[in-house]
Amino acid sequence: MAKNTSENPCKMCMPMGGILAFKGVANAMVMLHGAQGCATYMRRHIAEHFNEPVDVASSSLNEKGTVFGGDENLKSGIENMMRLYRPEMVGVLTTCLAETIGEDIDRITSEFLIEKNLDGFPLVPVPTPGYGDSHFIGFFYTTRKIVEKLAIKTSPTKKINLIIPNISPADIREIKRIMNLFALDYTLLPDFSDTLDAPFSRPFKKIPGGGTPVDQIAAMPGARATIQFGVTVEEGLTAGAYLRDKFGVPLYNVPTPVGIECTDQFLQLLSEISDVPVPQQLQQERGRLVDAMVDAHKITYQGRAAVFGEPENVYVLARACHEMGTTPVVVATGSKANKLKELLQLYLPADTDTAILTGADFSTIQEFALEKEANIALGNSDGKVLTEKSSIPLIRVGFPVHDRKGGQRILTVGYAGALNLLDLVTNTLLEQKLSRYRQSMYDSFYRQNT
Amino acid sequence: MKEDFRPQQDEIKERRDSISVKGGQKKQLKCDTHSVSGCVSQRACVYCGARVVLNPVTDAVHLVHGPIGCASYTWDIRGSLTSGSSLYRNSFSTDLQEEDIIFGGEKKLASAIDELVAKHNPKLVLVYSTCIVGVIGDDLDAVCKAAAARHGIEVIPVQSSGFIGNKAAGYRAACDVLLRLSLPQTANPLPKQQYTINYLGDFNLAGEAWMIKNYLAEIGIKINVVFTGDSSYETLQKASATSLNIIQCAGSMTILAEQMEKRFQIPYMNVSFLGMEDTAESLRKIAAFFENKEFNKNTERLIAREEAKVGHVIESAKQLFAGKKAAIYVGGGFKAISLIKQFREIGIDVVMVGTQTGRKDEYDTIGELVNEGTVVLDDANPSELEKFMTEKGAHLLVGGVKERPLAYKLGIAFIDHNHDRKHPLSGYTGAVNFAREVESTLCSPVWKYAKEGPHHG
Repeated sequence: MAKNTSENPCKMCMPMGGILAFKGVANAMVMLHGAQGCATYMRRHIAEHFNEPVDVASSSLNEKGTVFGGDENLKSGIENMMRLYRPEMVGVLTTCLAETIGEDIDRITSEFLIEKNLDGFPLVPVPTPGYGDSHFIGFFYTTRKIVEKLAIKTSPTKKINLIIPNISPADIREIKRIMNLFALDYTLLPDFSDTLDAPFSRPFKKIPGGGTPVDQIAAMPGARATIQFGVTVEEGLTAGAYLRDKFGVPLYNVPTPVGIECTDQFLQLLSEISDVPVPQQLQQERGRLVDAMVDAHKITYQGRAAVFGEPENVYVLARACHEMGTTPVVVATGSKANKLKELLQLYLPADTDTAILTGADFSTIQEFALEKEANIALGNSDGKVLTEKSSIPLIRVGFPVHDRKGGQRILTVGYAGALNLLDLVTNTLLEQKLSRYRQSMYDSFYRQNT
Repeated sequence: MKEDFRPQQDEIKERRDSISVKGGQKKQLKCDTHSVSGCVSQRACVYCGARVVLNPVTDAVHLVHGPIGCASYTWDIRGSLTSGSSLYRNSFSTDLQEEDIIFGGEKKLASAIDELVAKHNPKLVLVYSTCIVGVIGDDLDAVCKAAAARHGIEVIPVQSSGFIGNKAAGYRAACDVLLRLSLPQTANPLPKQQYTINYLGDFNLAGEAWMIKNYLAEIGIKINVVFTGDSSYETLQKASATSLNIIQCAGSMTILAEQMEKRFQIPYMNVSFLGMEDTAESLRKIAAFFENKEFNKNTERLIAREEAKVGHVIESAKQLFAGKKAAIYVGGGFKAISLIKQFREIGIDVVMVGTQTGRKDEYDTIGELVNEGTVVLDDANPSELEKFMTEKGAHLLVGGVKERPLAYKLGIAFIDHNHDRKHPLSGYTGAVNFAREVESTLCSPVWKYAKEGPHHG
């Protein structure tokens, strides 16, 4: 029976994903067209995960604007924001409110640019109704809209486009390291590895350094290929598909390189595109990973994992668990993610007892985790309910991580990321066993007999 | 003294009247207005105001009628503790989808209430409206009324459409609900319990309401109901049976106190338990209200004992912090006033004070309390915080989650005064916690590395 209630959501709204995508563009500022609360809440949410100042403006739509249209609020808002921040690129995202009252942000923003003599300024409006889908879709769709707006026909380059999902700054840096080991030239979008994980430096910058430069985005159509980590998302929503359909850039849509198999696949692809063998250093890292997997295999085989979060991430995390012998007994996302089930079933053995849940909330995830006797969970901080209510230990990965420090530094990609995940899973399972076995043996055998 | 900041090229004219400098040109600080769009206000919305006030009602189903974001971003964000039900720590939502926006969400809401009542068996369901519910025109009142009749429980709509004002409007919506819950169920007013008070505007963050309850018990005064920390449907119903309302968070609860005075003849007074000075003064004020000599004696004994216990900690902190300057950016004006005094208690001058929703009278008091040259701002944004903290040479900022990374990036110490904190800042325990937290951040070796290093050559 379909529920009419979400009980503890396992997703956020579209503009949230849109903000993250815009934060990956160099010198960009973003504005939410809607009531003041949306921007404040999303800023708080993002700031707490990354421990960085996250400035997001709001058009502060009030009753008047809601009734008579928000043209004035949006235009004066963009102007104020530009005066305060002097951005080189501006993103405008709608909210539920703006969408429901039918705000035409394409028209309003075009008018604004003409009125202010800013013709040609990169201003990217993106419709992201909060009721449309989750933040996961907001992220991919905004990335596509950025490319749609900025990309222009360019003469061919040697570059590779990399379109990434919502992974951690540490993950983005690892992807870049791998690209550099292959000596490949690339454009990675959106790149918030610096903007949302900025080094301490003076003087303070209102817009932190880093991000994909606008001119590089513009030149993406000249690339020799696009690699996109977006297998669970509808292709039509992605930047990679746009670059292929509009400019003929070959698209390789592959899983995020999490775990050994997906990393192998990514490196193989890079090797083929560049005609360069996998660098020695990465081969050594793979060797160390396998060595560690051997060391841990009997422990990890005991794992029964509940994996939850954004579809792209849970898909690869579930596969990574499976590789190390840990059964993913629950794989869940709050997004609609129609492709997730089909994709996962290709990799999980037919007899694996896995519940694949889409459009799920935490009350459902909890129910299945208990039924399937999960003894470990992997996902964002919201999964702390699994620990609080059902004593299932949680390994924090994904977004948001609010109740621990270092969400931005959690590494899951590449062989290094796989090793990190392996250690986390192994040690969590060990901790659970070692901290309890004396008491549980005593309770099971000694007390019973006396 | 002239205004010691110069208008900059990037100054936003509409913000000019929301900033003042003590001793500068006389002007009335503009407050309680809409935020200027595009200025990165730190304020939230009506729904947020209502949600933070009502959320500590522990045994209620808090159902957000709207798209998922509103419920997602407010799930268990308060550090309010409970002595009973934990139902309030869940986040329920109708998770409206596009088809609901087109065809209306009333049916879905009704079914959601049915599902939740069947599963959790609550006595009270609070249904929060969000922006789009106000726009698509779902009749929340009718749906709630029908559900209440169907289930024989209270199902109360909270009129908190986000765009109809700011956080303060949400406080009003919450107070409307609380007043409705406080109305006696019988025709006759409830008899007033002797020596009892209601504690308004405390949300039992890290058990603060319990701490104050213990102090008052020692004096001889019982807390009747806390609004809304660790409250429940049943306790709220007894709210009219008391002699006095004390208010900690004035911003959110003054409206309710005024209404209760009008309807139930319960007088009210503002109190503050932040810092030793305010704590002692508040306890004395409360005790004095009852005109009972025993109470006064008990109060003095309590104050003397606690001050003896913690006085030396505060005194040594004072030595340690000499010459340090603080900036304040908090939600309400009353809290800002308490903090100015509390900083003074530990020997720290305040050089910048901002609030999200301060009122005129509160800004007047702030203006009287602070030193010449102190910058006072309403609805400040990160650019202004950065500018004035830098100009005024603040060594630390007290604020919420969003402000923390800004302070740290500026190399400035930071004190959390947000609602998800996990340590109490009230009373004598809180005064010590506060001093220790200031020490932990001001005296950390980390700032040495933030100043020095290879990048400075």
